[in-house]
Amino acid sequence: MKIGLFIPCYMNELYPEASMATLKILENLGLDVEYPTEQTCCGQPMANTGCAHEADELARRFLKIFKDYDYVVAPSGSCVAMVRNNYAQFLDGEEGFEHLKTHTYEIVEFLHDVIKPKSMNAKFPYKVGIHNSCHGHREIGMASMSERNLPEFSKVKSMLSLVEGIEFVTLKRKDECCGFGGTFCVSEDAMSAAMGLDRVNDHVNAGAQIVTGVDMSCLMHMQGVIDREKLPIKTMHIAEILAGDL
Amino acid sequence: MSSKETILNSIRENTITSTIKLPETNIPHISYENKNEKYAAALASVGGNAVWLEDGDINAFVAEHYKDTEVIASTCKEFTNETIDANKPNTPHALENVDLAVIKAQFAVAENGAVWVKNPENRHRALYFLAKQLLIIVDKNAIVDTMHEAYEQIEFNKSGYGLFISGPSKTADIEQSLVIGAHGPTDACILFV
Amino acid sequence: MGHPEAAEKFIANDERMHWHDKALWFVREKRDLAAHGIPEWEELRRVAKQIKTHVMSKLDVYLEEFEENAKEKGIHVHWAKDAKEHNEIVLKLLLNRGAKKLVKSKSMLTEECHLNPYLEENGIDVVDTDLGERIVQLREEAPSHIVLPAIHLKKEDVGTTFEHFLKTEKGNSDPTYLTRSARVHLRKKFLNADASLTGVNFGIAETGGIVVCTNEGNADLGASLAKLHIASMGIEKIIPKIKDLAVFTRLLSRSATGQPITSYTSHFHAPVEGGEMHIIIVDNGRSKILGSQDFKQSLNCIRCGACLNTCPIYRRSGGHSYGYTIPGPIGSTLGPSKDLSANKTLPFACTLCASCSNVCPIKIDLHHQLYKYRQHVVNAGLLATKKHTILKVAAWVMKHPSLLDFGGKIARKIVPIMPRSILYSSANIWGKKRELPKFPKNSFKELYKQHKEGKK
Repeated sequence: MKIGLFIPCYMNELYPEASMATLKILENLGLDVEYPTEQTCCGQPMANTGCAHEADELARRFLKIFKDYDYVVAPSGSCVAMVRNNYAQFLDGEEGFEHLKTHTYEIVEFLHDVIKPKSMNAKFPYKVGIHNSCHGHREIGMASMSERNLPEFSKVKSMLSLVEGIEFVTLKRKDECCGFGGTFCVSEDAMSAAMGLDRVNDHVNAGAQIVTGVDMSCLMHMQGVIDREKLPIKTMHIAEILAGDL
Repeated sequence: MSSKETILNSIRENTITSTIKLPETNIPHISYENKNEKYAAALASVGGNAVWLEDGDINAFVAEHYKDTEVIASTCKEFTNETIDANKPNTPHALENVDLAVIKAQFAVAENGAVWVKNPENRHRALYFLAKQLLIIVDKNAIVDTMHEAYEQIEFNKSGYGLFISGPSKTADIEQSLVIGAHGPTDACILFV
Repeated sequence: MGHPEAAEKFIANDERMHWHDKALWFVREKRDLAAHGIPEWEELRRVAKQIKTHVMSKLDVYLEEFEENAKEKGIHVHWAKDAKEHNEIVLKLLLNRGAKKLVKSKSMLTEECHLNPYLEENGIDVVDTDLGERIVQLREEAPSHIVLPAIHLKKEDVGTTFEHFLKTEKGNSDPTYLTRSARVHLRKKFLNADASLTGVNFGIAETGGIVVCTNEGNADLGASLAKLHIASMGIEKIIPKIKDLAVFTRLLSRSATGQPITSYTSHFHAPVEGGEMHIIIVDNGRSKILGSQDFKQSLNCIRCGACLNTCPIYRRSGGHSYGYTIPGPIGSTLGPSKDLSANKTLPFACTLCASCSNVCPIKIDLHHQLYKYRQHVVNAGLLATKKHTILKVAAWVMKHPSLLDFGGKIARKIVPIMPRSILYSSANIWGKKRELPKFPKNSFKELYKQHKEGKK
């Protein structure tokens, strides 16, 4: 099984540790992973702002780079949702797209659905609040949503439960949006920041020491609020917890 | 072209959805082990109360529970102590001061505390909304689980008026504070006989 | 003013913003409780969607069936292609019968048509009778929510309004007291009205009748006292069979307020004794939406308001921030369908969190519609030039990985040593309320290369 590691563009630039943790998780499981270095952006910022032409070009580029891997794995629910749910508009019918669409996974989802490890060899003796990033949560279905009347599950929590010493806090609003929203964070910056603060406060009030989640973008936004407001909590990408990077 | 034709033509020109089958609406649904209990709880949650009358004596029940009530109208022939004939006035406005209306419902719905009311013999439907208090008489065997069974029993082959009533009128339009008694009755009792 | 500016204003009052957010979240929680109490909830949603999709595939047939059956029951049917024609029909019906006083119950359609000002200009005394609508009418405001019109107001605001118009006690803002005062005030209006106008929740093709759902009993009281009952109905309100109501009544109020059913679900299939009943079937741009693959599902809406209550942006910006008759997610697709240019910021007033699509009892793909509408905004040249240019440049850079690497490298070197005053200048919109992330020494790509080297 050949895995193409897809690291979101801004994570490559700003979050090398979380990206390395993703790589480490896969390598520690003895998987054959490769990071195609010509990759950049999946086109989500453009697509979410309505710039279909620009997104189309980047989607084609992405397909070319990743189509020959058995699986594509990324530390981001949002970018995976872009490939899985929004690429069809640009790539339907293109050679290799069906395979790409059905074999692109978010890292936690990949572990949960494909690899199914029984243990993670990681310790994390902290109180953790799970931020259910919307795209991972509702677009690719990583956990049951509060809106729906379906059996409860959480792939995120299942995987984190393999980590020794971890404790989960209970939030008042378990799957409300943090307000990042891609270019929304600057086009509606006042709203975005207000939503971010509300979300962080829910975690603080629940007694969490760490907020974790599958999308660094949400965490970056919340960390920005935390640092500005000097709140007693910090964010950490889930890969860093699962990789055992203490 | 008439507006009707303009609209229908526009609909026809624009329709891109190919016809799909109308689904079966009576889907497998919840049923309650104790319908009476569920009904009473559902009705209580919407501010009404349900009573099962053992002896069937509605006159006695009203005499006991609505002691100082002055103007009583009834469209229910099992109750005979009305003070005015609700069907007599030519306009519904005359029913403005009714304190208690005793009316019939055909059946009750356990899931939501509603009763189905369709009384062609009742001349003024305004009675249901003008009265300060409502006492609704229902056959104690006529409780269904859900709206699916309810609508199995409802038809409008002829013109008329019917409604579901679930508890008294209410509003939460001011700061989401529930206030019982908006424009209609401030009290609704369902009496199973 | 677009949504971002209006939202910023609303947010500026932090206490009120949070109060508004909590009030609506409370409604959302009540909805969850109600929905989770029905094991077949998801099946109901599926069936509801299928019924609506079916209707939209042969709407012309059902409308004609509806008209025929309504006429058979002695109900008059009128057709209005737009708002203007609708308003003229209403006025003519009133004037021909010498009706001067009209009581109205909730109808978002008449809001959309701006019926009230039109009738008032023509000498009709129009009274909105839903408590929330009466409050905003007295304050000369628009409803800020389709189910809870005065949700943006505190009880003290209502107290002050009633003190002025209804002469209630000074400083008394007890909701029960205020509601009772409104009851007395509106009871007179009901009894003196010459005509009533209601909205329509469902029009039944099979029977030719309409169903109106209220909690207050205002539509019911209005329509059963006055001799003339006018009902305004959008073409999309049609359902085929009376049994379909089982599905919709189970979903509607649970989704709207968490109640198992509204207090009154009135099935009007005849005028009152000696009276007249008229139904006005209104298009006003709806039929056009039928032809859009991307947006046609917006016509399936039953106006429960659940998408507003769940929307984290609606809850924090209030209904008026949308500047369209119907606010929230559903309004953010209906608004652009009506007038893309005037409502161009609405599809962007959304983080694409998808809560709306999942709370919607008819499973409308709301967030996908907002996603798609953004492309329409761009294609129509309505996206701000600066934003568009930035994204075009970004996309170009993203096609040149070495350029991106170079840029990233420079940024990681420079940003950490930049003085705060420059880094957090007014151009840094992110930094108004948030810190920037700490820039690392190396990119992942650099670390990866080292990692690969080390392995060799």
